[in-house]
Amino acid sequence: MEKIINITLKVWRQRGPKEKGKFETYPLSGVSTDSSFLEMLDMLNEELVNKGQEPVVFDHDCREGICGMCSLYINGHPHGPDEDVTTCQLHMRKFKDGETITIEPWRSAGFPVIRDLMVDRTAFDKIMQAGGYVSVNTGGIPDANAIPISKVDADEAMDSASCIGCGACVAACKNASAMLFVSAKVSQFALLPQGRVEGARRAKAMVAAMDELGFGNCTNTGACEAECPKNISISNIARLNREYLCAKLAD
Amino acid sequence: MTKIDSKIPQGPLAEKWSYYKSHQKLVNPSNKRRLDVIVVGTGLAGGSAAASLGELGFNVLNFCIQDSPRRAHSIAAQGGINASKNYQNDGDSVYRLFYDTIKGGDYRAREANVHRLAEVSGSIIDQCVAQGVPFAREYGGLLDNRSFGGAQVSRTFYAKGQTGQQLLLGAYSALSRQVGKGAVKLYTRYEMLDVVIVDGRARGIIARNLVTGKIERFAAHAVVIATGGYGNAFFLSTNAMGSNGSAAIQAYKKGAYFANPCYAQIHPTCIPVHGENQSKLTLMSESLRNDGRIWVPKKKEDAEAIRAGKKKPTDLKEDERDYYLERRYPAFGNLVPRDVASRAAKERCDAGFGVGATGLAVYLDFSAAIERLGQKTVEARYGNLFQMYEKIVDDNPYATPMMIYPAIHYTMGGVWVDYELQTSIPGLFAIGEANFSDHGANRLGASALMQGLADGYFVLPYTIQNYLADQITVPRFSTSLPEFETAEKEIKDRIAKLMSIKGTRSVDSLHKQLGLVMWDFVGMGRNKAGLETAIAKIKEVKKEFWSNVRIPGSGDDLNIELEKALRVADFIEIGYLMATDALHREESCGGHFREEYQTEEGEALRQDDKFSYVGCWKFNGEGKEPELLKEELVYEAIKVQQRNYKA
Repeated sequence: MEKIINITLKVWRQRGPKEKGKFETYPLSGVSTDSSFLEMLDMLNEELVNKGQEPVVFDHDCREGICGMCSLYINGHPHGPDEDVTTCQLHMRKFKDGETITIEPWRSAGFPVIRDLMVDRTAFDKIMQAGGYVSVNTGGIPDANAIPISKVDADEAMDSASCIGCGACVAACKNASAMLFVSAKVSQFALLPQGRVEGARRAKAMVAAMDELGFGNCTNTGACEAECPKNISISNIARLNREYLCAKLAD
Repeated sequence: MTKIDSKIPQGPLAEKWSYYKSHQKLVNPSNKRRLDVIVVGTGLAGGSAAASLGELGFNVLNFCIQDSPRRAHSIAAQGGINASKNYQNDGDSVYRLFYDTIKGGDYRAREANVHRLAEVSGSIIDQCVAQGVPFAREYGGLLDNRSFGGAQVSRTFYAKGQTGQQLLLGAYSALSRQVGKGAVKLYTRYEMLDVVIVDGRARGIIARNLVTGKIERFAAHAVVIATGGYGNAFFLSTNAMGSNGSAAIQAYKKGAYFANPCYAQIHPTCIPVHGENQSKLTLMSESLRNDGRIWVPKKKEDAEAIRAGKKKPTDLKEDERDYYLERRYPAFGNLVPRDVASRAAKERCDAGFGVGATGLAVYLDFSAAIERLGQKTVEARYGNLFQMYEKIVDDNPYATPMMIYPAIHYTMGGVWVDYELQTSIPGLFAIGEANFSDHGANRLGASALMQGLADGYFVLPYTIQNYLADQITVPRFSTSLPEFETAEKEIKDRIAKLMSIKGTRSVDSLHKQLGLVMWDFVGMGRNKAGLETAIAKIKEVKKEFWSNVRIPGSGDDLNIELEKALRVADFIEIGYLMATDALHREESCGGHFREEYQTEEGEALRQDDKFSYVGCWKFNGEGKEPELLKEELVYEAIKVQQRNYKA
């Protein structure tokens, strides 16, 4: 049932990547527990704007958990305390009346802060540009049913492909490693005959780009898997390691 | 009066596209490198177009407002993509997909475009599979299909409930490959603010760097708008928060026609509104109607008891439930097209049979499917949607029926384009949801993905060459031309004006005010008096906006309130166009339902003798009424009749 709660927000505010940031405290009252977390932030921003102050900047778009644009480190967890959801799907019923909620941006050398809670994740695009594709041009393609693919493999590829590229795995990792993100893409393609052809080249290129962009190493702590809003399995990392090793050994 | 030339090629319908491709002008490979193309938007249409044009050898500049091309709202499409592969051997064909689309669009779409769409649909599936899109498969290893509204065959390909995501990631991969090769240059967190016209042709855009606030100029030989629909004019919709119709309005104000603005799709299965601070509505995929049954209580007392919390839906026995879609439309049942299903839900709720606290909801019930197939199978088919529902509503849809209600979802109207997807401004193209071309007055489920990718992969890369072939001797443009200078100054003045108002109303509060007017008077049921009220009220919103909006911060900096304000200013213009178009169209067709024009059973009643045309609105200057131009719709291949989903 809907309840109305009052909360206190501690929000990270930072003008730019090179500037020093700090927490600001904002009390917020009259929040419906049926509201989403971002609707609660909309309320805060409406109050700030009505006072002539600049609103808190945060990334968001689809608000249904699929675009991967929203982020936020909430009470020490990427995408907050609920399981298997993005911040936009998190609802205020997960918080108590009178609670203080701490909101920070993703913190990683690979994702510099742009303003407040908004960070720059173009590093993920650059990793994709290095090899996150099957090298086919438009047209001149065989019929879609020409190559049967086992349902088991197709389903597993789909699970890997569910990654939304939000970066929670990097934010959760003490090494700021992007291995879960990279391995999900490498796995998706490695499991399908269409992607197998250039599997070795892809694994090497994407890992090289990841290293170059300042992401850390994987030490198998598993925080990424635990915090991933889409339940991407850490077994993808094992597959990436296998793909990468085989590719290097073949060199 | 200006004559509208849709440039439909000659010959029988089924041969027009082949004829066009064999006779069009092409650009040779060495010349392609010298030609620049701007593509605005990175969704299914924009992303696939930018990738394909890059592969062909053109020099592409690709813009998006998000931090990455992968965020475009195509990613949220759930259910699937149609293609006439006939893998199920259930009688599908190019003609049948064409026919279903024309009929679903209530005979208000252009025949030649729709037939071409059906023709290329199969290639899209081939393309996506080759890119590594993990479509659902049968145990034999071949592709699986499901059914969608408005069709009696199973032609919808899907990847769980995340088909849009997988197709977009396919296009994004292809695009990333071209970016890596240097064929496409990406501009993320950039927003187009105007199209620049030089000597009557589109030659570039003015865009705002959303991180720095800087206004920048970009020149090209052609400009492609792939910026999606304008459903957010309603404030609450299933669109993403950033989805907007501004590029379409910029084109319109530079002389491109805005076609059929009143054709907006209200999707029947969305999670109902919960309260005042709601920021958006979440769709529950149409695919759920494959196995879910829609009902309300048969007796008003039961509906009242449920609304008061005294009864639960599971308390009602089978014969106390009214499966109104199955009752009214025996042949298509729960799989009638979206406009029909939405209106039927509104009819029941207006009559007092609605459920939920507000009475504005109906049930979507899976108990029969769970009994028939087992919870496991239902979970495999719709698991992610059920989870999404539970997270939002805090209710378990496996145990109690889902509650749903219609919401604005898609806009069939958009920038007018000819057969080549070129607008009425030479060199300016519009693709995907941003154009008006293929869905008539109502779009069938799983056809938006099809159209976006058809335009981007298989249509525009051909037709744009017919235009660019004449441009090979035109050297690259300088952005210091006076036309760029003027356009930039106009944008800067507009921003300065917005920043100087310093009123008392937040952008969101004005947007909500507009949205309420749109929903109340330009929504599911429209009538003359209501539309006249809407027009008056939209004028009031416009006045209030331009005299009382409050935008903190600076115009030359990252400023999220300014971004929203620029979009809302354009939504006001779009709302006005929608209401004006809806008022002029004195008939009911597809998503446009005028209460004065309905059959005795409450079905949409078209007026073919008067309105069998595309309503194209031409901008006549600020403060002046737009001018209506007509593109007559001629049907050669099919017989126009009243839509019938009963038998």
